[in-house]
Amino acid sequence: MNVQAPALQDPRLNRPEPFSLRDGGFFQRDHSIHPPAHAPGYKSSVLRSPRQPLLSIENSVSEITGPVFGHNDLGPLDNDLIRNYAKDGDPVGERIIVHGRVLDETGRGVPNTLVEFWQANAGGRYRHKKDTYLAPIDPNFGGCGRALSDDTGYYYFRTVKPGPYPWRNFVNSWRPAHIHFSVFGSGFAQRLITQMYFEGDPLIPVCPILTTIPDKDALDRLVAPLDLNASTPFDSLAYRFDIVLRGQRSTYFENRTAGN
Amino acid sequence: MPQPLDYLKETASQTAGPYVHIGLIPAMAGFDIFEKNFSNVLVTPNTPGERITLEGKVFDGSGTPLRDVLLEIWQANATGRYNHPADRPAGAVDEEFRGWGRAGSDFESGLVTFETIKPGAIIDKAGRKCAPHVNIWIVARGINIGLSTRLYFSDEEAANAADPVLNLVEPPVRRATLIATRGERAGKVVYSFTINLQGAEETVFFDV
Repeated sequence: MNVQAPALQDPRLNRPEPFSLRDGGFFQRDHSIHPPAHAPGYKSSVLRSPRQPLLSIENSVSEITGPVFGHNDLGPLDNDLIRNYAKDGDPVGERIIVHGRVLDETGRGVPNTLVEFWQANAGGRYRHKKDTYLAPIDPNFGGCGRALSDDTGYYYFRTVKPGPYPWRNFVNSWRPAHIHFSVFGSGFAQRLITQMYFEGDPLIPVCPILTTIPDKDALDRLVAPLDLNASTPFDSLAYRFDIVLRGQRSTYFENRTAGN
Repeated sequence: MPQPLDYLKETASQTAGPYVHIGLIPAMAGFDIFEKNFSNVLVTPNTPGERITLEGKVFDGSGTPLRDVLLEIWQANATGRYNHPADRPAGAVDEEFRGWGRAGSDFESGLVTFETIKPGAIIDKAGRKCAPHVNIWIVARGINIGLSTRLYFSDEEAANAADPVLNLVEPPVRRATLIATRGERAGKVVYSFTINLQGAEETVFFDV
């Protein structure tokens, strides 16, 4: 035991010492729960999907590592979409809190990881120069935010519930209300973008993007349940959305046990 | 009957959609909201290493450049170390080079650029030397799960020939799809890359 060099605490892993280059890679990705690249019901995927199989490579340091973010990267209102673009009042819409944990496949929280989110306003209109839907922009709503998970992987933000909106896929295609999520994890191989939906939305089963997911349970896990216990009386309802990133394997005989 | 193992399942991926800029590059969506923004410039004035520009386009199966694509890159510093606790046994994160950046393609031309440094060679878990490379992650409307690829450098022929990942690519002719071409413009080093999502010269994508 090296007493001269005290172990460096890696804040993103509940471990007494940093993991090393000899740590295991991430669990193999289970593609049966992810949408296939080529999903013709979602028409844009047809020309934007590789036809060659992906080349599987073992994780090296390139994949096990990833960018580190800190509170210096964020501003004080970054997780409050009610306030972070307010000009002369609050945005119009259902006030909600979205909260949950970022976990890995072993069930451990992923601490200090960056979670980013973006969405349309209550009427289904995005603040984006390419969105031309006739529903109006809300002058007090930007529609994006970000948060760092805490020591247990917990994150939360406040916003208004987005509205559904039409899009040019089939003649009469409408997206369910949803919030886009971008999550980092501790290694670049965990990088994930997904979408959160709302419990009970009847547009969910008919959405050509959601139904690209081949696994019913995987689809259900993208639907956030109403969480009355987390709501604020006379202020905001709440929805709970846990996000699971890939787990990391142990390296029993390479170095020391880690990851389990 | 054995009890099932209690692993959780990964959250399913979904497309980033056409308005990904709102969340990840709000200035491109047309508004300013955050005090601090992430960008395609990875260097500060104090970052050690050779300054390079990475410049390229992503093409769909019809040969048309994607104009709503978003790329992120992750790379080692000039000495081949990643700015992450797993590869920095000596301590704190390097403030002068995070090693990560993101860029959206130009809405007209589809051009994507990064200002960075040329990474050093890294050592993999088996102790093998890997050729200098940049990890690229690609998301866009129509891409259901982010695509992973690598960018290698045309002036590293010997290192590329010995690279353990490039050598896994079969048939070998496909290795060329991962190599960016070195050039110079106004005294600056520019590496040009092309990513083809589909078709005859389809880029190699990895399941990492």
